[in-house]
Amino acid sequence: MSTHTDVDFDVKDPSLTRFDLVKEGARRDGVEIVHYAPRFPVPGTRAEKRVERTIAFMLVLSGLLGLGFVVAYIWWPWKYEPGNGLDKLYNPVLGITLGGSLFLLGIAIVTWAKKLLPEEVSIQERHDVADQAERALTGATILNMVDETGIKRRPLLKGALLVGAAPLGVAAAAPLVGGLIKKPDHILFETAWKPADGHKVKLTREDGSAVRPEDVSVGGQMTVYPGVPHGASNEHADSPVLLIHLREKDASELRANLKNVAVNAEDGGAIWGNFVAYSKICTHAGCPASLYEQQTNRLLCPCHQSQFHITDNARPVFGPATRRLPMLPLSVEDGVFVAKSDFRVPIGPGFWERP
Amino acid sequence: MKRRKFDVAALPAKAGGEIDDRLQVSAPLRRLFNKVFPDHWSFLLGEIALYSFIVLLLTGTFLTLWFDPSMEEVHYNGPYTPLNGIEMSRAYESSLQLSFEVRGGLIMRQMHHWAALLFMASIVVHMLRVFFTGAFRKPRELNWVIGVLLFWLGFVEGFAGYSLPDDALSGTGLRIAHAIMLSIPVVGTWVATSLFGGEFPGTVILGRLYIAHVLLVPAILLGLIAAHMGLLVKQKHTQWPGPGRSNDNVVGVRMFPGFAAKGGAFFMVVFGVIALLGGLFQINPVWLFGPYKAAVVSAASQPDWYVMFLDGSTRLMPPWEARFPLWPGHHYTLPPLFWPTVFLPGVLTMLPLFYPFIEARKFKSKQSHHLLQRPRDVPTRTSLGAMALAFYFVLMISGANDVLAEKFHISLNAMTWAGRIGLLLLPPLAYWVTYRICLGLQQHDREVLAHGMETGIIKRLPNGAFVEVHQPLSPVDAHGHPTELPYAGWVVPKKMNRIGALVPTVKGFFFPVEEAAQRTLPAEAPVSPAPSREGIGSGKH
Repeated sequence: MSTHTDVDFDVKDPSLTRFDLVKEGARRDGVEIVHYAPRFPVPGTRAEKRVERTIAFMLVLSGLLGLGFVVAYIWWPWKYEPGNGLDKLYNPVLGITLGGSLFLLGIAIVTWAKKLLPEEVSIQERHDVADQAERALTGATILNMVDETGIKRRPLLKGALLVGAAPLGVAAAAPLVGGLIKKPDHILFETAWKPADGHKVKLTREDGSAVRPEDVSVGGQMTVYPGVPHGASNEHADSPVLLIHLREKDASELRANLKNVAVNAEDGGAIWGNFVAYSKICTHAGCPASLYEQQTNRLLCPCHQSQFHITDNARPVFGPATRRLPMLPLSVEDGVFVAKSDFRVPIGPGFWERP
Repeated sequence: MKRRKFDVAALPAKAGGEIDDRLQVSAPLRRLFNKVFPDHWSFLLGEIALYSFIVLLLTGTFLTLWFDPSMEEVHYNGPYTPLNGIEMSRAYESSLQLSFEVRGGLIMRQMHHWAALLFMASIVVHMLRVFFTGAFRKPRELNWVIGVLLFWLGFVEGFAGYSLPDDALSGTGLRIAHAIMLSIPVVGTWVATSLFGGEFPGTVILGRLYIAHVLLVPAILLGLIAAHMGLLVKQKHTQWPGPGRSNDNVVGVRMFPGFAAKGGAFFMVVFGVIALLGGLFQINPVWLFGPYKAAVVSAASQPDWYVMFLDGSTRLMPPWEARFPLWPGHHYTLPPLFWPTVFLPGVLTMLPLFYPFIEARKFKSKQSHHLLQRPRDVPTRTSLGAMALAFYFVLMISGANDVLAEKFHISLNAMTWAGRIGLLLLPPLAYWVTYRICLGLQQHDREVLAHGMETGIIKRLPNGAFVEVHQPLSPVDAHGHPTELPYAGWVVPKKMNRIGALVPTVKGFFFPVEEAAQRTLPAEAPVSPAPSREGIGSGKH
């Protein structure tokens, strides 16, 4: 900024007004104030008084609302209670008082700046042309740093530095990656329906009670969970199943179609009577594909609208899903539903290792 | 001993002197006060993002005092009776407690959510402003790059926050995020298993998202915002062309007091609007959604608005799965989910990151640009932007296609197909239409500069023809023809009241507070009065 200093300017000169000093300061900063005029050339006009009153009114109102916020925050009944008590208004009252107070304060200051501050046009020069001489000097300094280390003519040190620093870099990343990393193993291929110690897993409701064939009426459906501890909790998020009691016509259609999918047909077929059980976890992105359209015999996933045809082994008929919903092999033992085995294909969204 | 009188009025000057003696801050401080900022409404959009971020920090800090990201199963027992006895995670329980049992907790939660939506919205609109006016050009490419990163970081930050309360929508969103990770070729299962610490949902993911949401991502955001602002100050603001404005100067008001007052006031306004939204408009009522259960979902499960375009792309993706039978017994799968949720965001990050450099290469432009361009003057860029917007809107509408299908009684499948076809057809159409509009606007600007603006005054010529009187913008030559003005890259006045043809309105609300300005009428009216002539009759009187 040395180009802007002017030795002839005497800041102590008594004939200079304050604004002269302001202009000189601006000039030294590369700023020229080209237009500077009061908003109200004649002070004290009605129009000016009116602006002043408006701003003052907004400031006072803002203060009152701010006070109102504090009062409401402390004394308004805020504890939630069932019903339509005053506590339901607690949140709106806080919003109106706090929001109104801040909003009015902002508008008051904007009005002040726009209506009362002097009209101004200033011009500031840009100095964004890089100084080539400076660039050359700095460049030489940087290159000299490299020369000083002598790394170019000491290949041994160059190699040794590489050998020394690279493992340290890896070491920095190792705890983060190493601590987090976990092998996927079998978790994507197994669910809680896998028989443990030769015991087949029962189909249960959310409360853990077993499901009997007569519990589901014809054309009805029920969400069932594996009958294991915490079977209905998110601990077994891969296991929810939709049990459907098909009408006779639909059931015979499905029985005829069963052979189209080898895993569903093996071991005497995965359906039991007119009952079929499909994994609820969509094969697209894992949402529960659970909107059952009884008329069209389709299951719709509400997340991305994949649709599965129930009487055709849950073939995806629309939307982005590419795989059928896996069928849980059903059987009835002692009058309650059990899973003959785990799902015969992985459930849920696709992944690289999935065959 | 005479005691020196303590002069209060001299205190600030004296304190300032003491500080300057020690730090020598006079010159740099004055340079800051005198920094000139240009004024235009569109320059405020980025400020909204900054101010919402400050509100996010304030309200977010409040929320951390009560929120507990634990996934431990508990049974709710509290004032919100419909959920009493229900099994839920501790995270969800603490979200309920924040809403019902913490004084002012609900308004803080709602302000936090509204501020997040506003933060993303203002980033998007600010980016559009920067793109369509060419403010990203040299020397500001780096700031554009930081801006793109800020958008994606805000996206991640928002998604992490949305997942924390562990309500039904949070969990569904996380489940989809898990599926997206699984879809990555080769490493997908490893990535998902590592981040979730095993199976979905596991017990660690909320704790990890929490530390990302309250520390890691905000710290990076804060650093990038500081860099964004630092570069803005260093490189000075761009400005629209206009009288006295050139590529080598900035025309506006000095930072103090004018600009700073408006900036500070605008912060208050943004803060106030967020407080009003948080108090009056319900957002994310987690108690209505219930805790996340893997088997439960409802129709119209929608993410926050800024995620909707990716939801849309996922819905539109056709069921194209790639299978690789590499050798017997080893079959691999590339799920269709990979393309709209991993590949597309990758492209949508890379294209804008490199756009400033691609454009500079195409236009063979190497110098610095500080003057903004009107969108119509760069039809190629404007049309590309319109094309991107059309692409974005088709995806966004498709993200709500189930709701639209239900409300307007349209087939859901038809909505999906309309989206698929629209995604291919509308962007090129938008490009073509925008290009024509730009050229038309350019031509009209030139026309007005050459011939003057329309006055709305129709004149009948002696031969019976009608012509409109034009008001030239430049002096006329001997034949009364205006000399053509060059286009200056700025608004061309096209209406008579733009050049003072109307008397300024009288100020005041119901009652005038000033004298009406006297208008000096031109000596001769622009239209000569109709000559008196005989009445036209049937000729039979």
